[in-house]
This record gives sequence, C-alpha cells and structure tokens, in this order.
Amino acid sequence: MTQLKETPLHALHVELGAKMVPFAGYDMPVQYPLGVLKEHQQTRAKAGLFDVSHMGQVVVKGATYADAATGLETLIPIDILDLGEDRQRYGFFTNDDGGIEDDLMLANRGDHVFVVVNAACKETDIARMKAALEPDLSVTEITDRALLALQGPSAEAVLASFDKRAADMNFMDVATLNLNGAEAWVSRSGYTGEDGYEISVPADAAEALAKALLAHPDVEAIGLGARDSLRLEGGLCLYGHDIDATTTPIEGALTWAISKVRRAGGARAGGFPGASQIMAQMENGATRKRVGLLPEGRAPMREGVPLFASEDATDSIGAITSGGFGPTVGGPVAMGYVTKEHAAIGTKVFGELRGKRQPLMLTKMPFTPANFKR
Amino acid sequence: MKYTEEHEWLRAEGDVYVVGITEHATSQLGDLVFVELPDVGDTVAKDDEIVVIESVKAASDILAPIDGEITEVNTALAEDPSLANNDAIGEGWFFKIRPSDASQLDDMMDEAAYKEMIG
Repeated sequence: MTQLKETPLHALHVELGAKMVPFAGYDMPVQYPLGVLKEHQQTRAKAGLFDVSHMGQVVVKGATYADAATGLETLIPIDILDLGEDRQRYGFFTNDDGGIEDDLMLANRGDHVFVVVNAACKETDIARMKAALEPDLSVTEITDRALLALQGPSAEAVLASFDKRAADMNFMDVATLNLNGAEAWVSRSGYTGEDGYEISVPADAAEALAKALLAHPDVEAIGLGARDSLRLEGGLCLYGHDIDATTTPIEGALTWAISKVRRAGGARAGGFPGASQIMAQMENGATRKRVGLLPEGRAPMREGVPLFASEDATDSIGAITSGGFGPTVGGPVAMGYVTKEHAAIGTKVFGELRGKRQPLMLTKMPFTPANFKR
Repeated sequence: MKYTEEHEWLRAEGDVYVVGITEHATSQLGDLVFVELPDVGDTVAKDDEIVVIESVKAASDILAPIDGEITEVNTALAEDPSLANNDAIGEGWFFKIRPSDASQLDDMMDEAAYKEMIG
C-alpha cells in the first residue's frame, strides 16, 4: 500500500480532532468534532475554512501571457487569451471523443496562467500539459504552497480584516494579498455556492494563517463531508462522478463554459481535442443530459441509483451520479443523467431504491441560491 | 439493558422490548438524516433488515434483534432523525417488539460486555 500524502495543514487537522480519511492519495479531514451537518450550516451562515491543498496548482508560462494562453487553448475549449488580467475562468480538458478529462480553474496572473486542477487528476493533467506545451512553454507544478478555501457570507469581512483589498475583489477576480505576513494568491471563488475565496499560500506560512483565520469567531474548520453536501446543493459537478472522460460538456450541462470565440463561427473556433464531436453536439443536441433531481420522499438517493420514466418501465433512462441529504434544502437532493426525452425541468422520474420505485422531480440547479459577489 | 453485536440496545418495558442503537453506533455513523421504520403489526424474524437509516455518509440496515411482533414505532424519530444522535438510548428509540421467544435474549451482552466489545 502506498503511503498517504499529507498537506501542510495535516498536523492542524489532527490537533483540531478531525476524522481523517484517505482521499485522492492524501490523508484528509472528512469532518471535525462539529460534524458534517453543523459544518455545512456554519458555511452557509457564517464562514468555513477548508484545506484543499491536495489539489494541483500549476503555473504555465511562456514569453508572454498570450503565449501561455494560446498553448492552453489547444487543450481547453475556453477563451483564455482574452481573459482579463487578474480574472479567473472555469474550464476543462477535453479528449478526442469530446469527453471531459478534468475540470479546472484558470487565472490570468499577468505574465502566466495559474491553473488549479483536481487532486485525483493532477498527475495526468500535468503530464498532458507538459507533453503538449513543452518546451515552448514551461509547466511547473507548485508544490511548496498550500491551498485554503474560506467560504460563506462572512468570508469577505474576515479576509478584509487581514488585507482590506479582499473586499474590493469581485466574483472570479484574482489578486496577490498580504495575509498574516504571507504572500497569498487569492481568487474570489469556491466550491460551495457561497461567496468566498481560494487562497494559495506558502506551505511554511499555511498553518499560521489557518490558525489566524480560525481565531475569528465567525470561522470554523470544515471537512470534505460538508464540502460535498455544499457543492451538491450548489449544483456543482464532482469530477469522476457527475462528469468524466465519457461525458461531453454538452451532456454535462456545461456548454455555458465553452467560450463563444471557441465555438463554430467564432474567431478561434475549435482547435481543442474532440472539437468536431463537441461542435456537432452543440448543433444537434446530446442524447442525454445532466439534471438536478429532487427526491419527493425523505430518503436520500445516492450515486448509482437507476432512474426510470415510470413506476413500471423496464428500461432505465439514466442514473444518479451524486446524491445525498441537503442540510440547507432540508431534504434529499441529487443530480444525474437522463435521456433527452426526459430532461425537461418539471419532469417526474422514478429512482429504484431498495427495490422500490420512488419519485423525483427534475429541478433547476442550484438547489440553494448562489450568493456570489457580482 | 441488553446489547447486540450490531450495536442495538433492548430495554424491557412490560411485556415488550424497546429497541434502539447505541451512542457508539450513532457517533460512528455521524448525523442521521433519514430513518425508515417497519409497520406496527409486522411479524419479524431475527436478523431481518427492518429499519433503514441514512447518515450524512451512507445508508445502513438495522436488523431485528429477535423474533417477534412490532407493537409501536417512534414516528418522532422518522420526523427528526437527529433524535438518535442527541439521545440514543432515550428519545432516539426505533421500535418496540413483543418477543415470540424471549430466550433469544439470553445470549445478548450486558452493558459491561458491550463496553468491552467496543473497546
């Protein structure tokens, strides 16, 4: 068995009494003594601090920002070239079939692109970028920095008490701030559906910053358990579950992220893996779609539950890819794939749970209103 | 009180037994968010899966600890599953069962033996 890796905040998690579990090769906190439900509610009501240092932080650099952006556009169907300085955008790597290899965040940090990718995919993501972009560009994994997320309605006030420039940032802005004496690369974004920040900070300054943030009365440490229920209520995809190498952006209801300039008829149309498949699907539609699902009963329906058009239909029309109890919704929430004939909001479908068919309603996501600072 | 290896407790109340799960079990499961109870009047056999519980983490089954008839279920628990987390051996009870063979209780653990089992 391979040794689990530890983040720079590992000792702090243990000190705080976290229950540690293996996640993407790291020993990570799934919950603290507060418990998943209260951690979820804390983040929606005040602020939560998450350790997301297991995620991959990568700097892609060329002679100019434009060189790095142009290189990355050969792998990612997003307008990176025209992304404003100190702005961030959501994107994904595609494969030759139009499937999603990983989803990611891209930031224009002046002379380079800063990329944050999922922990479970980071080795293949970095290998992919190196193979495609080097030696013209440099692709450097940043291994000496931790990544924290501060999320929730109090996040702005808390972070502004360390560096008042935090309050001037809008949703998807990035900035270099001085937090507790450390140079922090900060973005106003996150994975909870709440306002908040993601904070890249030197590893040797991470614990002191985390402790200083936790010393604020509005901040509690939040584990992976609540991170999952928060992002699920926020309608946000979990890579490897809600989207993967076999789902296209159109099937995954992520067409909005494909920039106009990269679509058919755009100035830089195509030029990314799977472009012909993706453009054909944008033209003709996909045969299945990711949708939000609200179970009508109280029983949570989790990943893998098959979906049917009626109580007695024999052929399934899809399956749940993420599901559980939504503490803010106060009941079960889910997302999954259904065939296009059954993909309209308001359609009733049935999930088979413990041998019984139970109704779910196709519902617009997010399940809880997004509270971003636009 | 009697205890099973499945972390259930049984408390005699007249000619029936009140059944729930232990505090150790609820702390391992985490916050409960859903409980599906059997119907009053159901005749159940030992080890039948008669209750479904879901925590924030996963679904689990609760087995009938003995043969018997379900005489009452805790509808307040179905409405508010957190009762099991907050008061496992009190308001968080699951159901009451009238044993058809009370000798099945003889092999069960007492509190000291259960505490030894969970360490």
